[in-house]
Amino acid sequence: MKFGKKALAAGIMASALALSACGDSGSSTDAGGSGDSDKVYIAMISKGFQHQFWQAVKQGAEEKAAELGVEVTFEGPASETEVDGQLQMLQAAIDKKPDAIAYAALDPQACIPLLEQAEAAKIPVVQFDAGCDSEYPVNLAQTNSLDAGALAADHMAELIGGKGEVGIVGHSQINSTGVERRDGFVNRMKEEYPDVKIVDIQYGDGDHLKSADIAKAMIQANPNLKGLYGTNEGSAIGVVNAVNELGLEKGKLKIIGFDSGKAQTDAIRDGVMAGAITQDPIGMGAATVEAAMKAINGEEQEKLTGTPFYFYNAENIDDPEIAPVLYE
Amino acid sequence: MSKTTTTTAAEKPVGEVTGPSRGSFLRDRLQQSLAFGTLIVLLIFFSLASSNFLSWSNISGILLATAVIGILAFGTTLVIVTAGIDLSIGTGMTLCAVVTGVLLVNWELPLLVGVLGGIATGALMGFINGFNVSVFKLPPFIATLAMMMIAQGLALVVSGVRPIYFSGVDGFKEIALGAIIPGLPNAVLILFLTGIAAFLLLSKTLLGRYTFAIGSNEEATKISGVNTGKWKILIYTVAGIFTGIAGVVIAARLDSAQPQLGVGYELQAIAAVIIGGTSLMGGRGSILGTLIGALIMSVLINGLRIMSVQTEWQNVVVGVVILVAVFTDSLRRRREA
Repeated sequence: MKFGKKALAAGIMASALALSACGDSGSSTDAGGSGDSDKVYIAMISKGFQHQFWQAVKQGAEEKAAELGVEVTFEGPASETEVDGQLQMLQAAIDKKPDAIAYAALDPQACIPLLEQAEAAKIPVVQFDAGCDSEYPVNLAQTNSLDAGALAADHMAELIGGKGEVGIVGHSQINSTGVERRDGFVNRMKEEYPDVKIVDIQYGDGDHLKSADIAKAMIQANPNLKGLYGTNEGSAIGVVNAVNELGLEKGKLKIIGFDSGKAQTDAIRDGVMAGAITQDPIGMGAATVEAAMKAINGEEQEKLTGTPFYFYNAENIDDPEIAPVLYE
Repeated sequence: MSKTTTTTAAEKPVGEVTGPSRGSFLRDRLQQSLAFGTLIVLLIFFSLASSNFLSWSNISGILLATAVIGILAFGTTLVIVTAGIDLSIGTGMTLCAVVTGVLLVNWELPLLVGVLGGIATGALMGFINGFNVSVFKLPPFIATLAMMMIAQGLALVVSGVRPIYFSGVDGFKEIALGAIIPGLPNAVLILFLTGIAAFLLLSKTLLGRYTFAIGSNEEATKISGVNTGKWKILIYTVAGIFTGIAGVVIAARLDSAQPQLGVGYELQAIAAVIIGGTSLMGGRGSILGTLIGALIMSVLINGLRIMSVQTEWQNVVVGVVILVAVFTDSLRRRREA
């Protein structure tokens, strides 16, 4: 009886440890890795995997891989702050000696030594979403976030008639997409729309609840607020929740968001949100695998692949150009 | 509590060992009034700093923002009073939300089943925590840290790494955002009701009495014939029920179960408990204090946001307030000792 209890305890501990170890390595998905099969193998190290955006990149990569008859694995840390955890994944990927590595840098500096290792091991590296400050990678498939932020500003200015107060609920003041989507928006307003005043910028880490509370405080503090810009999915939904909870008249406050997800597309169809900028994550995943194949085959390619982005609203949400790049 | 007495605890009736003495009662009152004073000062300060602070819609926003952390903190107060800790409440809450989502959206079961299923998940996690602490003698920190990771992983597994939306479930959102009492979101009502329940549990029941007794001196309580192991399992299970309720509330408020949410919520709840004057060493604490602690946190954060203080500085200010709260508490206790 006593022994049974102990064995059960050991079992529970072991499974807890296994889970925690899994957590440390970032709760990777499909990080099996081949190595011994003859199939070309590309290891993708992403900035995350829980977010629907990354799931869509993964989908695009896997579809392209199936089409080309190659194998990809896709893993990323549990949160986009885990720079260290991601580097350990990159290290493990190098050690597995894949035919190519596709990498999305969480931090542009921290990754440099590891990419030097990849170079020494003669593993070609391509990048997606965000680049490392290293000369070695042959390609970067990326949405230009500054331009995307500026596009959001153009539409915001148009919606509020070129003047008035707007606020920004950001998702990060550190990582490049957070900074550039904000700066692109702020700079465009400054340059082109001098009568639009950005009264507040705050950051909710993309947490739906935190972003909602931030947006509410911002609306309370600025009674003349005409528009709010949420720089990623969680931030944008937070703004929508805030407006719903405050019971504001639909569409009175102009909301522009980023990316998609069911809650956001519903809000746009419903008229609570004016529109959002979407990238093409599925296309980004496919472009990354293509670039990796070119690198493996030693083909020349441009250093930068600009993946497209679009503004969508209730009118064009079902257009053939837009609908396929939106994810649930 | 009874360190210097010559009589052994076993000779004393349980009530005497455990019942809060007059001294500790006053001490708790003082800590509460200290925390309450801080809350009032903050309210006055922010009302003067911004004319937009003291509107009903902002106050109701603050209360709504307190709801999830507050409910989590009530449950954790019980655990912390036993000199334990529960790190699994943040991700545990998320797992409960996800289970509710699966029951209501994927399996299309009735509303009540989904809600009770979420709460039962919390109770089960709490039970396992309590079991590991009592029977396997795992330190609460380790047992609940493991559970925190298990819940985080399972939330992702069960949800299929994607949010579950309740948009098709009639009445679910109203659990948090409807208003049975006009003008007051239901989530706030649930906050107050769970607060009253926790208060009654801690101060009027045998469970509450043993919670204090275990936290003050577990050995003595055991010697006096109380099955402390059994009661600890029950206390962690009750805390798990609060986690489950918080899970349902956050899912209703967001109208979705977000599987990646939750990490960090446990520390905010623990901070609220500590600011409210509950001792991490166990044996001392109150639900009213915890409510005030949770309100201090959300008033502070809301006020700083209203004043457009930069996000990074908001964190610094909240951290300093926690330090000051705990420091004054320990200072006063040293003076009393």
